[in-house]
Amino acid sequence: MNPDCGNITPQRRKFLARLSLGLGGLGAAFVGVPVLGFLLRPLLSSVAEEWRSVGRTDSFQQGHTVEVSFQDASPLAWAGVTGKTAAWLRREGDHRFTAFSVNCTHLGCPVRWLPDADLFMCPCHGGVYYKNGEVAAGPPPKPLTQYPVRVRGGLVEILTRPTPIT
Amino acid sequence: MHLLKKAWAWFDDRTDLSKVLGPILRHPVPPGTGWKYVFGSATLFSFFVQVVTGIALATAYVSSAGQAYDALQWITNKAAFGNILRGMHYFGASAMVLMAGIHMIRTFLTGSYKFPREMNWILGVVLLGLTILMGFTGQLLRWDQDGVWSTIVAAEQAGRVPLIGHWLAKLILGGTTVGGATLSRFFAYHVFFIPALIFAFVGLHLFLVLRHGISEPPRAGHPVDPKTYKAWYADLLKREGRPFWPDAAWRDVVFGVAVVIGIVVLAWIFGPPQLTGPPDPTIIEAYPRPDWYLLWYFAVLAQLPHGTESYVIVLAPLTAGLVLLLLPIFFNKGERSPSRRPWAVAIVILAIIGIGTLWIAGQRSPWSPDFSARPLSPETVHASNGPIADGAQLFYRKGCEYCHTVSGQGGQRGPDLTAVGDRLTADQMTIRILNGGNNMPAYAGNLKPQELNALLAFLRSRDPAAQANSKQEK
Repeated sequence: MNPDCGNITPQRRKFLARLSLGLGGLGAAFVGVPVLGFLLRPLLSSVAEEWRSVGRTDSFQQGHTVEVSFQDASPLAWAGVTGKTAAWLRREGDHRFTAFSVNCTHLGCPVRWLPDADLFMCPCHGGVYYKNGEVAAGPPPKPLTQYPVRVRGGLVEILTRPTPIT
Repeated sequence: MHLLKKAWAWFDDRTDLSKVLGPILRHPVPPGTGWKYVFGSATLFSFFVQVVTGIALATAYVSSAGQAYDALQWITNKAAFGNILRGMHYFGASAMVLMAGIHMIRTFLTGSYKFPREMNWILGVVLLGLTILMGFTGQLLRWDQDGVWSTIVAAEQAGRVPLIGHWLAKLILGGTTVGGATLSRFFAYHVFFIPALIFAFVGLHLFLVLRHGISEPPRAGHPVDPKTYKAWYADLLKREGRPFWPDAAWRDVVFGVAVVIGIVVLAWIFGPPQLTGPPDPTIIEAYPRPDWYLLWYFAVLAQLPHGTESYVIVLAPLTAGLVLLLLPIFFNKGERSPSRRPWAVAIVILAIIGIGTLWIAGQRSPWSPDFSARPLSPETVHASNGPIADGAQLFYRKGCEYCHTVSGQGGQRGPDLTAVGDRLTADQMTIRILNGGNNMPAYAGNLKPQELNALLAFLRSRDPAAQANSKQEK
């Protein structure tokens, strides 16, 4: 190969190289923006929140904590059982309810309620919480997260929320 | 036959296949490499098993959050060869992690990461990271209870990263909760993104192996000097080099095939890991555990001192990765022989002991409450009615037994209470029970006075010496 062939000056050669690289980058950007946007869509879409009924008010006994479950805000058609979320619901008074996330604040494992001991216990790393969600023992850095609850027309409703990330 | 030969000659002439591949296969390697040098190729063999079994599994897998679990049940229990195929994919993954680990230890001990092979080590570290990511994402694809909760645990860990943690967590979940968008993402990572990266990095890794040659077995007193090494190595190959194929390659084939057969045999004998319950986040009865290659890290997360977690969860993997990546940059010359590098040997031994200990701890996970504990039997309690028997019942009902062992039954989170009656007075027990302790909840608001008394009666009776005496008196 003879680089002096074809009457191309060094400047022109430099220009052609830059043009090719630049166009390549432009093409990649054209393809890349929609692709990246699609991949990053969980960050772009806003979080819907819905009030979900979890049962009649009179079906919950005062002072008791029970597991309730509800549909996520807008589950995809193919989510199946994964579109559900569980919470621990505690009736404190006639119209006062507290709903705890089942996710341990340590690393998110599902805590269990021990009714006789009045404690929540986590099966993963041994986190323990009191009935009010305060940390009783183990590694959790903060109390159990709570969902907003309200009573409407004789029904207890929980506001769907993102999985709590500590 | 003649025709076949002619056809091959034509094909080879037009493609130049043997002209291109021949020299690669017969590239000279230094003498004396022996059996220590087979673990890299064994990793590659395992990877091929993963590719082949993975593609086969993908023909039946359904990457739908609502249906993947059913598909897995079908593959495991109904589809012909499905069970053994899943087993091969599992043991293949295990072999890949294991072989990559041994390969890494070997290159570290023989100083093969030194000049001019620094980039080869760095690419290897990236490949190890990708392999672990494959293991983690693959475990999720079983999409049973463990899969769902592991996803949440991963999101929680990512959430500890400063500033961008919550974004990372959202990207892992594919939204704000586990749901329809979660599994498809992991499927794409596991079968497209990460394997593509592995192919690319394996290609570069092998390219550099050919480029710089296989490191010669180290000899004490022959340090690497970047100024002279390349010329010396070229001369060594000229003098004593032998063709990789078949002089050295036969060992790779023997060991690699043994590994592959081992994978199939293990899959045949033990089968794939059992699926746990369905991926329903409302089933609280779950014991999420990582597969064995990450079990030691599960132990790390349980053992961290309070207040350090957020730092360790983020900084530990980062630091470990950086140390491994930068190792050849800072220590690229000098002695290669392990007999002259006691620190290198010590580091390997310490790492193996450390990870091994954590691994055993993860296996036993004494920090987890033992929810399978059953009420103590009357033989253990030594009473079937009265305050001691009542106390034993309370000991179970109040959750004490989930964390405390009595006569071999119960959890291991707290101290063994088999002989607590000999150790603590009633007052000391009362203080501990009502106020709690380091890792024990306070029961002050939960026990009525007579319940406390029964519990104390039971605990005071936990005194093997006194029990033996009373038996003798009887």
